Amino acid sequence: MKINKKKNSINFKILWTLFKTTFTISSFTFGGGFVIVSLMKKKFVDNLNWLSEEEMLDITAIAQSSPGPIPINAAVMLGYKMSGVLGSVIAILGTAIPPMVIISIISLFYNQFRENKIIAISLQVMRAGVAAVIVDVAINLAIKVLSTKKIIYVILMIISFILAYFFNISAILIILACLSIGIIDLFIHSKKGNR
Amino acid sequence: MIILKLFFSFLQIGLFSVGGGYAAIPLIQNQIVDIHQLMSLAEFTDLITIAEMTPGPISINSATFVGIRLAGIPGAIICTLGCIIPSFIICLTLSHFYYKYKNVNGVQIVLSSLRPAVVALISSAALSILTLALFNATKSQADISNFRWVESILFIISLFVLRKFKPNIIFIILGCGVLGTIIYQIL
Repeated sequence: MKINKKKNSINFKILWTLFKTTFTISSFTFGGGFVIVSLMKKKFVDNLNWLSEEEMLDITAIAQSSPGPIPINAAVMLGYKMSGVLGSVIAILGTAIPPMVIISIISLFYNQFRENKIIAISLQVMRAGVAAVIVDVAINLAIKVLSTKKIIYVILMIISFILAYFFNISAILIILACLSIGIIDLFIHSKKGNR
Repeated sequence: MIILKLFFSFLQIGLFSVGGGYAAIPLIQNQIVDIHQLMSLAEFTDLITIAEMTPGPISINSATFVGIRLAGIPGAIICTLGCIIPSFIICLTLSHFYYKYKNVNGVQIVLSSLRPAVVALISSAALSILTLALFNATKSQADISNFRWVESILFIISLFVLRKFKPNIIFIILGCGVLGTIIYQIL
């Protein structure tokens, strides 16, 4: 049950990778929280193997349900896992600095920025790449859920998808509903265990 | 003191915006335009356009933009800090409990039914951003007449390369940016 956390020794290499990765992800992410969470999954789970896919999904659920910007929430949790409070601070810095710098520069000449055709086009075409990344992540995650071969999880996934995409039900309501189902599931399990 | 006013405004925005950037926009409008009248509605609309166009979390973008326009660089830092502090404290506490109890059997059972929902939410976001990329419109406004074939081809190539070669995602995003801009310049 112990996570391999070395006490009192600060691992600068991990902190640097944490900063570098959150910094690059934040520099290239357009759109809402789930986009950045997909990029984080790609980097921290697939490339760096720092955490498991399940942990990333849990972090996403918690980040989505807590107040504040979702990327910052996810960064706090990721950073904490890697090197405690210091890790959280580093991950926040990595996530917050790129937009702060970009916006500060743009605010100086935002009329020109808004009306520049080339900037508008390059921002629009980059979305195709971002869409490819998040679709790729979604496909892999969905395959994982299907391969558990547990009907209840597959049904939960399909219903949640329909509610979110076609009925625009807010993410937090869907998460709360599934949380309640999880708690009911827990009661059923514990009753079975008692007998 | 405008700096203090900004700080407490964004502290409230950070504390009460559950569900990310789009939830924060009305709160920011309420604090900055309606209550404190620090910005006009037109300026605020510009701000949202810029915040959506540029990379990074929408609420951080707006905090920086409001801060820098009203109180320079210190303003930008104060607003962003205000927006982040509630997140930091709340998520730190939650992480602590999460990592402490996540291997407990009961917690695992509850979390297991949460994960398919998160996968569904990510898939839904994926489809929404795909529509935005291929039609340059939200899913309710997407129409076959504004289908963009350049973006579609870029998307298909990117997805193929991602699944086949697992490259660095930054190359994919930048590659689409460079290639697409060149194609549109030639056309």
